[in-house]
Amino acid sequence: MTDATATHGPDGLLLASDGTPLKTKLRQSMKASRRRAFGLVLPLLLFVLASFVIPIIMLLWTGVSNDTYASNMPRSAPLLRAWDGASQPTEEMAEAMVLDLIDARKAKTIGKVASRVNREQSGTRSLYTKSARRAAKMEAPFIDALVKADKDWADPETWRATKIAATSLTPAYYAAALDYKYTADGEFVEQSEERQIHVKLFWKTIWVSGAVMLFCLLLGYPVAYLLSHLPAKKANLLMILVLLPFWTSLLVRTTAWIAMLQSQGVLNDIFVWIGITGDEQRFSLIYNLTGTLIAMTHILLPFMILPIYSVMRAIPPSHVRAAKSLGATNWTAFWRVYFPATIPGIGAGGLLVFILSIGYYITPALVGGQDGQLISNFIAYHMQKSLNWSLAAALGGILLAIVLVLYWLYDRIVGIDNMKLG
Amino acid sequence: MTESVTERPFVHFDGVQKSYDGETLVVKNLNLEIAPGEFVTMLGPSGSGKTTCLMMLAGFEAATHGEIYLKGQPINNVPPHKRNIGMVFQNYALFPHMTVAENLAFPLQVRRMRRRDVKDKVARALGMVQMDDFGNRKPAQLSGGQQQRVALARALVFEPELVLMDEPLGALDKQLREHMQYEIKHIHEQLGVTVVYVTHDQSEALTMSDRIAVFDDGVIQQLAPPADLYERPDNAFVAQFIGENNRLPGKVTAIENGVARVALDQGPDVLALAVNCGEVGNRTVLSIRPERVQVNNVTGSNRLDGHVRELIYLGDHIRCRMQVCGRDDFIVKVPNSPEHAMLREGETCTVGWETDDCRALDLAPGAM
Ligand SMILES: Nc1ncnc2c1ncn2[C@@H]1O[C@H](COP(=O)(O)OP(=O)(O)OP(=O)(O)O)[C@@H](O)[C@H]1O
Ligand SMILES: [Mg+2]
Repeated sequence: MTDATATHGPDGLLLASDGTPLKTKLRQSMKASRRRAFGLVLPLLLFVLASFVIPIIMLLWTGVSNDTYASNMPRSAPLLRAWDGASQPTEEMAEAMVLDLIDARKAKTIGKVASRVNREQSGTRSLYTKSARRAAKMEAPFIDALVKADKDWADPETWRATKIAATSLTPAYYAAALDYKYTADGEFVEQSEERQIHVKLFWKTIWVSGAVMLFCLLLGYPVAYLLSHLPAKKANLLMILVLLPFWTSLLVRTTAWIAMLQSQGVLNDIFVWIGITGDEQRFSLIYNLTGTLIAMTHILLPFMILPIYSVMRAIPPSHVRAAKSLGATNWTAFWRVYFPATIPGIGAGGLLVFILSIGYYITPALVGGQDGQLISNFIAYHMQKSLNWSLAAALGGILLAIVLVLYWLYDRIVGIDNMKLG
Repeated sequence: MTESVTERPFVHFDGVQKSYDGETLVVKNLNLEIAPGEFVTMLGPSGSGKTTCLMMLAGFEAATHGEIYLKGQPINNVPPHKRNIGMVFQNYALFPHMTVAENLAFPLQVRRMRRRDVKDKVARALGMVQMDDFGNRKPAQLSGGQQQRVALARALVFEPELVLMDEPLGALDKQLREHMQYEIKHIHEQLGVTVVYVTHDQSEALTMSDRIAVFDDGVIQQLAPPADLYERPDNAFVAQFIGENNRLPGKVTAIENGVARVALDQGPDVLALAVNCGEVGNRTVLSIRPERVQVNNVTGSNRLDGHVRELIYLGDHIRCRMQVCGRDDFIVKVPNSPEHAMLREGETCTVGWETDDCRALDLAPGAM
């Protein structure tokens, strides 16, 4: 239906009463409201950008680029990068190296440079620091002077390791994060058996997260069901209990876990008392993987219960009644009518718990002991102790990729618009 | 109650009481017999216990006292899924994650029917409600009326002998509602199922039902065919609830052959059928339908003066509000035809009625 006052322009476009095309008019009138909407979200947008998007991009960048060598050894770095890695190191490279070593020693950055090269080939740290000390007195030909200072300089491997370190943009960290070694020839070789730790840890993190998600679902679903079928007053009271873990401080919670779970703890005492186990063979429930599983399930349970609860609340009771009136037993009515309606909640809760636990770090650190450590603890180690930020960034980048892949899979299988967070 | 069911009752409520909180009775001593194939409507104001009765019959609420029989068998301890009762809910309760066809197949699948039979029956049920082409849609992709049809088909597809409907047309607009009323009625006649229908729309009840049970406050006030309910209400509540009704309070001075002489509070003595007015000396309310009031050419034995206060032109008839016996709300419907009196506001006229059209009823609490 067209408005009586609307007319058509020469090109068939609908015109507003002042003669401008209706579409232009509409766009003009939308512009103001769009600008206002943008203004409203702008502060948040800036905040997210500054505190989230930019750091993530910087982190991802750190994972593929490390200019410790290039910025501190400016003369030798370009020469090494240009070197083919197979021929004999030239006198020019040696001279640049010696001059760089002198400068680096003066600037007190030689330690950093030495660690950087050492990561590519162990044992080169002392080579660099020692050579730097003697560099000031070296004279041409510098190749021979270097070899005289330490005969490792005669080994092409030393130069090759340096070449890798001199290349700022490198897949070496991602390779290392996946238990591969990136050689100077640009090849990837598998790490030796005993140094392959990351991939195993990734798998462990994934299955621990899966297990935590499963435990949360098994424990949380009945609770959500109960909550959603209670009168509002009682449900609110119980909801406080569900949310209690959120309100206790981490320290109190950890202390409580220790009191409960340690071998002389409450739980073990009860087991001994009932006779499930002997006094000599108490279960070790904390400072190992079991501790990590128990504690993470405990703290992530509300994230499972809340979305499921809110979905259950919205299911009209008449649906189950209808199913029963149509002849379905209690179980069939639950399984074929009620349960499918709760899937959006399960999906949301499951995804939430899984993604949270895949990056969980404090709880495993506190109660996980040796074998309860997950990939995040490793990332933290590289951030804080070994100061290998690039490897930490690579591990973090892979973790991010895993989460995104899972998210994509979830979207493909369940559909993201099926998710209900509350 | 008033109507005795000659065949063995199909559904029988025997002294059923229901309380949710142990303090108040929502249903008080319900006795109701429903014959096979009958269409019985429970009609009543909100909160009168209609849904509760239906839920007890379907098995979702337990009767606090009394017994419900289905085909002579007590069913208080039969779980809902074994009662084989079809049910249409007010919000349709279609399963949102299943297509229309899957919704209809559900009751057949849980009965472990063979796949081919399921398909046939689903197709036939869809045809019955003229929804043949909608089998693959999800309920969310249907209009309210279409969802209603699907819900109806689903309640009938497993061929139950008894179908319960709780305000199934409540969410539809007036035109669609009237259309669906006829469709449900036709399906009922076609299939011969027994239907217990709940509504608070009296015209819906009058159109569709074989008998209507008027509920108020957990009690059946009257159980009768629509015409009886309208023309011969048992008490003031029913007279008031069904259709329009003029009420004149008075006092019974004599009863003879079922005819009461009533002294009106502000008027002369009149004659009325002694339906529910008790003994001589009791206070009573006379109930006269507006269309039974005669104006000016009164043939009945009762004559009163009326002052025309307001006239409303309604096309086929004229609605006239008069002052009669000191009451300002006396309504008369005058058909819009030449042989009927033309009235003017402020005019005084004579009103009257046949004794048979005026019923002396109880003084219902809160009815005045
Ligand atoms: N589950 C329940 N718990 C407690 N009281 C209830 C419950 N269901 C209904 N009631 C009460 O019982 C009374 C009758 O309710 P019912 O639903 O049977 O009324 P109704 O006649 O169907 O009314 P409507 O026309 O509004 O649907 C009401 O006073 C209501 O508050
Ligand atoms: Mg109701």
